[in-house]
Amino acid sequence: MSIQIHKNKCISCGKCRNVCPGNLVYADSEEKAYVKYPRDCWGCTACLKECPVSAIRFYLAEDIGGKGGFLYTSQDKKEYLTWHIINKFGKEETIKINRKESNKY
Amino acid sequence: MENHIEIYETDVLIIGGGTAGCFCALSLAENSTLKVIIAEKANIKRSGCLAAGVNALNAHINRGETPESFVEYVKNDFNHVVREDLIYSIAKKLNKVTQKIEELGLPILKDDNGNYAERGKRNVKINGENIKPVLADAVSEHKNLKVLNNLNIVDYIKKDNKIIGAVGFSIKEEKFIAIYAQYTVCATGGAAGLYKPNNPKNSPHKMWYCPFNTGAGYAMGIRAGAEMTGFEMRFIALRCKNTIAPTGTIALGVQAPQINRLGQDYVLNHPENNTSTRLYATVEENRKGNGPCYLKTKGISKEQENELVKAYLNMAPSQTLSWYENNSFPSVENVEIEGTEPYITGGHSASGYWTDINRETTIKNLYAIGDVAGGSPHKYVTGCFAEGEIAAESIIKEFKPNKIEKLTEQELQEKFGKIGRFPGNTGSAISINLAEETLQETMDKYAGGISEHYEYSKNKLKIAKSELENLFELANQLKAEDFHELMLIHEIIDRLYIGKILIEHLQARQETRWRCYQENTGFPDRDDENWLRYVNSKCENNEIKIIIRDMVKKDEIYEHSNSQKQMHILW
Repeated sequence: MSIQIHKNKCISCGKCRNVCPGNLVYADSEEKAYVKYPRDCWGCTACLKECPVSAIRFYLAEDIGGKGGFLYTSQDKKEYLTWHIINKFGKEETIKINRKESNKY
Repeated sequence: MENHIEIYETDVLIIGGGTAGCFCALSLAENSTLKVIIAEKANIKRSGCLAAGVNALNAHINRGETPESFVEYVKNDFNHVVREDLIYSIAKKLNKVTQKIEELGLPILKDDNGNYAERGKRNVKINGENIKPVLADAVSEHKNLKVLNNLNIVDYIKKDNKIIGAVGFSIKEEKFIAIYAQYTVCATGGAAGLYKPNNPKNSPHKMWYCPFNTGAGYAMGIRAGAEMTGFEMRFIALRCKNTIAPTGTIALGVQAPQINRLGQDYVLNHPENNTSTRLYATVEENRKGNGPCYLKTKGISKEQENELVKAYLNMAPSQTLSWYENNSFPSVENVEIEGTEPYITGGHSASGYWTDINRETTIKNLYAIGDVAGGSPHKYVTGCFAEGEIAAESIIKEFKPNKIEKLTEQELQEKFGKIGRFPGNTGSAISINLAEETLQETMDKYAGGISEHYEYSKNKLKIAKSELENLFELANQLKAEDFHELMLIHEIIDRLYIGKILIEHLQARQETRWRCYQENTGFPDRDDENWLRYVNSKCENNEIKIIIRDMVKKDEIYEHSNSQKQMHILW
């Protein structure tokens, strides 16, 4: 499993359910999004980037080096995407990406 | 499952709204008034191979290169067993489609003179994180393009050796759907999930290829009797360990060589430095006890490191997270690399539908583009665009407003009945997950997976073949609680069809040359006499025929109608 949706933060907008390339996210009885097929997640983070309230976290399972850290995204303007990376000690680092700017590599 | 049914009619049906499918739709919309339906398994905004993004455009004719030199490069990388005519037709369009995707909104890095900042001979640097939303937005601008998301197409509708549409079901709306079309374009992508993956325990889908591309397009074609080519040219990627993130960004971006644990650049020992050799050399180093192998990044500057951290967020964020998780960054620690499990994909190797120059398959009114189309490896994103455009041009030229042919009500009901033949609640001998794992274990052990260093033999393939037959029987007893599970069952059945064909192809090429992709231990040497031929296959009445065809050269116009003289049946 590599994503986790925070039920209390979820506003039931349905955006993550729409974009998941594996159709893995469904709504529970309260219309909140949850990962119905956690084993099948690719880790593409499409759902993180869609979520307007940063309710979705992405992490690595233990078998591929996960140690408790995670990341999530936030968007203030359309052209910027901010990645919040939190390591296992809770230390946060943010990287702001201009979506209109190309990679150097 | 209740049988709600919906029926559509259209001029062109495109199955799969990924790179090739979306571009084909755009070309049709811009150059004709044809009505088009895109049937997409997920949602075109983030579906298929490019859901997370893409690191570069890897097929572009950079300054000093020509379409001819591109053909030479691809030909040499695969020891000449490619369709030069198809590659050439792509090569001539690469720069035009690159310009087009830039106009649609994809950021491409420019130098001070306003030219593309080129990476090597064929790559341009981009920010590919948003490439799918860019394509999806462009599609939404055209009123003749209708997108049906969350629609899992299962089979073509075939009448008098002609494809007249396709049938499937809506995963979320739980209804069966038939779409009748004058022309059908298969753009489903290739096949992942055939072999046991790198991290089967908790992260089975942490793989290179899109795990939701399970080869539906190949399987539908096989069942409909379409001719396939080159399945024995499997594709295996060299990736960052654990995260299975791309290595090219590091290798080309900061010029990092591949080194073993002794610090030696082991690829130097292999004069034929092509894509499969870089992987094969890594497998060999591990077998010699010189592993693990790495990309030597130690010593790169902090600035370079920061750019790598960012670049990975734009295409494979797990790699960036992994550096933070371990508090170990590429400037201080080399990046470990490993080979993935084998995939079947025509965008990277040559496996797929056998087509003519227009990408029409051997079945009338059916086209194949992108990863599902065979013969032209290294097409990547821009090559898929080019093929979308080529198919669109041909359809526009051929199109005549004919009456749409249909099935009778009873025939259609039979089709839906067959698709939905797995009603739940009664339990079965085997679970869906177990069936998938058994398929992958079988292919891994007996058809050259990771655990066998990609090697197989005649005897092992024979075991694989009989195991797959057993699995076919078991899979037919699977039970679906809902339409999502119904999709999972069809994904397993599709891969069983592909596995069967793949085994025949592996057996048919009796030598070893594309290292790792094709490691026939019974025939470890090269067989120059029989090498320069295509191994093709066709399934007729559940029997697989292996067809050997002569090479097609760069300037030849290959048509299915005059191709009979160039073939013989091997078995």
